Amino acid sequence: MKQFENPKVPDLVLSDVRFSYGSEPMRFDLAVPGGTKLAITGPSGSGKTTLLNLVAGFEYPAGGHIFAGDTEITALPPHARPVSMIFQENNLFGHLTAVQNVILGVAPNMHPTPQQLAAAHQVLERTGLGGKEDRLPAQLSGGERQRVAIARALIRRRPYLLMDEPFASLGPGLREQMLDLLTRLHDETKITILFVTHHPGDIEMLADRFVFVSDGRIAHSGPAGELFSDKTGEKIQTYLGNRYGS
Amino acid sequence: MVKGNEQIVLSRRRLDSRIIAGVCATAAVAALVGGAFAGLAASALGDLSGAYDAFDLYLFRVARFSLLQAGLSTLLAIAPAIFVARAIAQYPSFPGRSALLQLFAVPLALPAIVVALGVLALYGRAGLITALPGFDDPRSWSGIYGMRGILIAHVFFNMPLAVRLLLHALATVPGDHWRLSAQLGMSGWTVFRLIEWPAFRAALPGVAGLVFMLCITSFAIVLILGGGPRATTLEVAIYQSLRFDFDPARAIALTSVQIALTTASVMLLSRIGTPAHNHIHSIDQGHRYNRPGHADATLGVLLVGSATIFVAAPMAATVISGFHADFARLLGEPAVWRATATSLAFAAASAVLCTALSMGFVSARWSASRSGRPALSRTAWIFDAGASLVLVVPPIVIGAGWFILAGTAARISLLAPLLVIAVNAVMAMPFAIRALRPAHDTSASRHDRLCAQLAITGLNRFRLIDWPVMRQVLATAFVFAMALSLGDLGVIALFGSDSVQTLPYLILSRMGSYRTADAAGLALVLGAVCFLMMTLSGWIGQRESR
Repeated sequence: MKQFENPKVPDLVLSDVRFSYGSEPMRFDLAVPGGTKLAITGPSGSGKTTLLNLVAGFEYPAGGHIFAGDTEITALPPHARPVSMIFQENNLFGHLTAVQNVILGVAPNMHPTPQQLAAAHQVLERTGLGGKEDRLPAQLSGGERQRVAIARALIRRRPYLLMDEPFASLGPGLREQMLDLLTRLHDETKITILFVTHHPGDIEMLADRFVFVSDGRIAHSGPAGELFSDKTGEKIQTYLGNRYGS
Repeated sequence: MVKGNEQIVLSRRRLDSRIIAGVCATAAVAALVGGAFAGLAASALGDLSGAYDAFDLYLFRVARFSLLQAGLSTLLAIAPAIFVARAIAQYPSFPGRSALLQLFAVPLALPAIVVALGVLALYGRAGLITALPGFDDPRSWSGIYGMRGILIAHVFFNMPLAVRLLLHALATVPGDHWRLSAQLGMSGWTVFRLIEWPAFRAALPGVAGLVFMLCITSFAIVLILGGGPRATTLEVAIYQSLRFDFDPARAIALTSVQIALTTASVMLLSRIGTPAHNHIHSIDQGHRYNRPGHADATLGVLLVGSATIFVAAPMAATVISGFHADFARLLGEPAVWRATATSLAFAAASAVLCTALSMGFVSARWSASRSGRPALSRTAWIFDAGASLVLVVPPIVIGAGWFILAGTAARISLLAPLLVIAVNAVMAMPFAIRALRPAHDTSASRHDRLCAQLAITGLNRFRLIDWPVMRQVLATAFVFAMALSLGDLGVIALFGSDSVQTLPYLILSRMGSYRTADAAGLALVLGAVCFLMMTLSGWIGQRESR
C-alpha cells in the first residue's frame, strides 16, 4: 500500500505503550506509515478505544513512548498533539451552531480572524453542509452532525485523524456517503486516518491496512484485503462471522 | 530518572483547576466548622469542671425530649403518609390531582417561622379553630404550645414530603405488576400486601431517616411553639443558654450531645440511603387496571381529604391572620425596610457563596473521580463529605461556637453578617449540589474531551461552554439558596440585635413583644416571597429539563 504514503505526514509509532487503570493490562506496539488509512477492529472491550485515547492524549500510558515522526508526544496534553479525534457522538457543543463549532477548532476563544471565518465556511461547504452553517446540532441529522465534526477536524489541519466508531449511529446509506466523503478528503489531504469499526464493509471501502485488537494487544496487522482471506486465523474469522469469514 | 521526571510533569499538569476549586471550597467549610469547634473547645478547656457539671438532669431531660419529639413527629408524619400515598396512587388521574401534589410541595418552600405562626394562628388560644361551632367556650382551649404544637408543625412539614417520596417509591413498581394484579383479580388488601407494601418497605427507612433528621435539628418551630422549658430541644436549649443565660459551659455540653445525636442519625441514614427526591411536580403513576372497592375508595377519599385540609388550613390561617396586620403602618416603619434590605442582601450574598461552593465541590468531585489516578479518585469522597458536613453540625452549633469565640457583644454584632451569610450558604449546599451535579456531570462528560482537544480552557471554557450550558441550573440553585436563606431563622436568632436584624428576626422580636398582628403580617409577606422564589426555582429547573 505504498502509494498512500505521504512524506509530509510523519509515521505514528507506539512503542511498548502500557496502560492498565481500571481494565485488563494493555500493551501496544504499532507503526503507522504517514498517509495510511488504518482500520482498528476487534471485540468489544479489547482496547480499541483505549488505543485511540492514548494517541489523542485522553489517557496517559503507564509506560512506553508514542512518537509522531521524531517528536515524542507521550506526555503532551490533547490540544498540543498533532491529532484530531472524532467520537461516536457528542462531537459538537449543543448550544453552538455548526459554524461556531467549526470555528472552535482554530479559535478556542471564539474570536476568529476574517480568514478563519472564511475557512470555516469553506470546510463546511467541502463536507456538504453549505447553507446549514447557522443550524444548531439538534437541527441537523446524525450524519450532518458527524460532517460538522469532520469539517472541524479539517480546519485544524492536524496530520492524524482518529475516529471512534464515527458511523455507529448511521444507517447503511448515510454510512456509505460518509465513507465516500472521507475517501475523497483523504485523496486531497493525504493525512493519516485511524478509525475504529466493527463493520467489515467500512474496512473494505475506506481502509488500506487494518489491525485486529484482542485482549489489550494487537493480535494481527496487515493490508485491508487480507482481512477477507483465510490467512488471518480462527480468532478473526470467528469475530467476523460466516458471511465475511472465508 | 527521566521516567520519574515525566511522571511528575504528568501529575502536575493533570491536577486541574477544578480540584483546586474543590480544595478551596473544602477549606472554606472546614474553616467555618473548625472555627466553631475551636471556640467550643477553648471555652470548655478553660472551664473543665463547669463543662462537666453541665451534664446534669436538665441536659438529660432536654436530650430525651429532643429524641421523643423527633421520634413522634416521624411516626405521625409517616404512618398517615403511607395510606394517603396509597390512596392518591390508586387514582392516577383525577381532577385536581396535580394541584394536590403541588399543594403538598408547598410546606417545604415555606420558612419554619412562617409555618409556626400559621399553626398558632389556626390552633392557638386565639386561633381560628376557636371560632368553630364545637368551641362553645374558647377559654377552655388551652392552645397548642408544647409538644402538641411542635408535632403539628413537624407533621405539616413532613407528612406531605413523605407522601411525595412514597409516591415516587410506588412509581417504581413495574406496570406489569398492576396488570397482573388486575388479571388475577387481587383484592385491595392483597395488592397492598404483595405489591404496594414491598415498595413502601424498601423506601420507608430512608424516608423515616430523613424526616427524623429534619425534626431533630428543627430550631425555629421548637423555639416558637415549644413555649417553655418543658418542651425544649437541644437546639433551642443551646440558643437559650447562650442568648439568655450566657452559660458557655452548658452550651458546650448541649452541643456535644447534639453533635453525637446528629452524627449517629447521619451514620444510620447513610447506611439506609437517602431517598431520591427531586423537584418534579407531577409524579407519573402507572396506569391502574383494577378499581378499588367501595370501602377502600371511601376511606381513600376521607384520608386524602383530611390530609389536604390539614396541610391547607395553616396556610389559609397565615393568609387570613396576615391580612389583619396594619400594612400601611408597617410599610412606614424604617425598621421593616431595614430588615427587608438586610435580609435581601444577606440572602443574595449567601446564595452567591452557596452556588460557588457547590460548583467547587461538584466539579472537584467529578475531576477527582475521573482523574484516572487511583490515589486521587479515592479523595473524591472528601468533596462529598465537605458538602454534607452541615448535616452533622447544625447551623445553631456552628453559631454557638463562633458566638463563644467572639465573646463580646460588639464583636458578636460585627461577626453577625459574615456568619449568617456563611452558615446559610453552607446550609443550602446539599440542595444546590443536588440541583447542580447531574447537569454538571452530563455537561462534563460530553465536553471534557472536546475542550481538552480544542484547548478551550479557563475563562474561555466558562464563557463559551459551561455558562451557556449550566446557567439555568445555576439560576435554579441560586434562587433556591436565596429563598432558603431569606426565610431562615437560625444563626440570626443567636447573632441578631437591634442593629443587625433580618425579616425572620424582626418577626421573632415582634412576637416577643406581643405585637402578634405585626408578626403575622410580616410572616405573610415573607412566606409569599419565599414561596414565589421556590416556585421560580422549580420552574427554571423544569424548563431546563425539557
